[in-house]
Amino acid sequence: MNDRSPDDRQLPGPPSDLAGGPEPQEPSASFDSDVMAYIRRATQCGLYDIRGMGAKRRLPTFDDLVFLTASASRYPLEGYREQCSSRTVLGARFASRPIELDIPITIAGMSFGSLSASAKDALGRAASAMGTSTTTGDGGMTPEERESSKTLVYQCLPSRYGFNPDDLRAADAIEIVLGQGAKPGGGGMLLGQKVSSRVAGMRTLPEGIDQRSACRHPDWTGPDDLAIKIEELREITDWEKPIYVKMGATRVVDDVKLAVKAGADVVVIDGMQGGTAATQQVFIEHTGIPTLAALPLAVEALEEMDMVEDVGLIISGGIRTGADVAKALALGADAVSIGQAALIALGCNNRCYHDAAEGWVDVEDDYRQLGATPGCCHHCHTGLCPVGITTQDQHLEQRLHPETAAGWVRNYLQVVNMEVTTLARACGKSDVHHLEREDLAALTIEAAAMARVPLAGTSWVPGR
Amino acid sequence: MSDLMEFDLSRVSVRELNRYLHADLPGSGVDRVRISNPNGLHSLAVGLDCEVEIEIAGHAGYFIAGMNKLANVTVEGNVGWSVGENMMSGEVIVRGHASESAGASARGGLLVIDGNASSRCGISLKGGRVVVAGDVGHFSAFMAQAGTMVVCGNAGANLGDSLYEAVLYVGGAIDSLGADAREEPLEASDVELLKGLLGEAGVEANAENFRRVASSRSLYHWNSEAHQEY
Repeated sequence: MNDRSPDDRQLPGPPSDLAGGPEPQEPSASFDSDVMAYIRRATQCGLYDIRGMGAKRRLPTFDDLVFLTASASRYPLEGYREQCSSRTVLGARFASRPIELDIPITIAGMSFGSLSASAKDALGRAASAMGTSTTTGDGGMTPEERESSKTLVYQCLPSRYGFNPDDLRAADAIEIVLGQGAKPGGGGMLLGQKVSSRVAGMRTLPEGIDQRSACRHPDWTGPDDLAIKIEELREITDWEKPIYVKMGATRVVDDVKLAVKAGADVVVIDGMQGGTAATQQVFIEHTGIPTLAALPLAVEALEEMDMVEDVGLIISGGIRTGADVAKALALGADAVSIGQAALIALGCNNRCYHDAAEGWVDVEDDYRQLGATPGCCHHCHTGLCPVGITTQDQHLEQRLHPETAAGWVRNYLQVVNMEVTTLARACGKSDVHHLEREDLAALTIEAAAMARVPLAGTSWVPGR
Repeated sequence: MSDLMEFDLSRVSVRELNRYLHADLPGSGVDRVRISNPNGLHSLAVGLDCEVEIEIAGHAGYFIAGMNKLANVTVEGNVGWSVGENMMSGEVIVRGHASESAGASARGGLLVIDGNASSRCGISLKGGRVVVAGDVGHFSAFMAQAGTMVVCGNAGANLGDSLYEAVLYVGGAIDSLGADAREEPLEASDVELLKGLLGEAGVEANAENFRRVASSRSLYHWNSEAHQEY
């Protein structure tokens, strides 16, 4: 018989404040080690994190979709024999000279300033070799990139750095930038270490200042004005050049409709995985919606306006592989733009750079000095890129040889396009633009809801 | 004797006008173009790239003489937003008032407004010269990077906010200065510059009565203590 009272069961021991407490030692889900590191860092320097590249958090992506390739109910094309066209035409709505590309994969806008001249040159050479376009950035057009890019899209940004009528006329298309996926609603940033004398001269800024550019255009405000601005650019260029309107993916349906109503030939939607050379981390990780979610919304807007055939749609933001591109086309995009993937093809995050005389040179120590390691580096904003891509340092820049790097990017683009045509043939399509939503199924409920395709093994589209 | 070409915009489209100015005018011997019945139409005489005198006889809309090079464009009336935006060279003269963002991002040339200019006049200025005989609205010369803006009348709130290397001169009252803008002493060299610019613009004002505003350059570099100043 147990005749002990509750007081009897209490064993003698040290006070709980000395014993460390009886609670299990589990980390908090809310205040995990990353959050605590963020808070500690803020306490030490009083300034938010700034970095390059795109969102690193796990998001629903095109990887969450699969193709329902042909079998009995669909008839495939011979994968290694029958032709599958990847020709892509953009901007035929109003422009007398639409853009004609051999592949539906374009190079996104990245500035000279954020990128080295060698990197811009290499991207231009690779794009030209593959019959696709490159895009200028927040800083104007360099003669080198005009020379190396057969098809060059000229960005009209809020800052208007380097913007001038001669380059406008020399461009093949014009892209009015309202925002980008990494920082919709935010302006550009180029820290002083990258504002070299050439960059400063092109941007009409003092050398070495921390350049923070505007997020609103200086000469128009709102969608009604945008229509007049587009008309002005058309008048200046005699209605020859396609006009793209690029936006970060936020209120996609409304934004696409307004851009179309304003007269865009092509709408570019940049999802939250889109990269940047430098912006606040809070922007990169917490603004905009995933590319997978943005694309169907843009298509919906075009469908509701009966403009699918008239207005081109380019999707960007974390596009990496041929599978990504094929899925984007199947969901309704006419083309994709790639930025970060193109930089990785240039050698971004490689442990080595290639020197013509010395061969491969290990630069892991250079990454360490930045506080990074190869494979995890996002220090584009520092201007100290160990492989010569996102730098204005004349010594670092030499680590990227434009001709060699152009070959890498060309190969990469070729692989991606081959993957697209391979998948298209397997779906029975003789043109990559014939891929359709019906060719897809989703592996997760989230992806099914965002992409508006059935969850695999069911006919269920969440919300439908 | 000069050759004159006339366009009546009640009969000819803006597209036809601009196409003529771009393609047919250069080298044609025509050195004067008169445009009647503008009636608030936008994008007149944009993207010009040759020496020519253009007169727009009446009120006009947005983006008049946008991205102008070499041409001298005179508007005998008021204009809408962004007259002379991103102009590179030449002259644009407005005999009336100008709406918002006059001379936005202008890189060169001279923009003269005989009347008042609304808000954000000279925004993002990149080397152009702007002379306003009357007043300018709020946030004029916002983020102006290079060039000169002369305001003979009063300036609205937040003049020169986030200025870079552009220099502003104001003859009247300044409602308030924007972030990083400061008033500086008017030196003899400023007076000489003003006399020349006012004379070139055909605007009468006493150059010695102006106040000089330029950047204090305290926000050129990242400063977490500046809080909402930029």
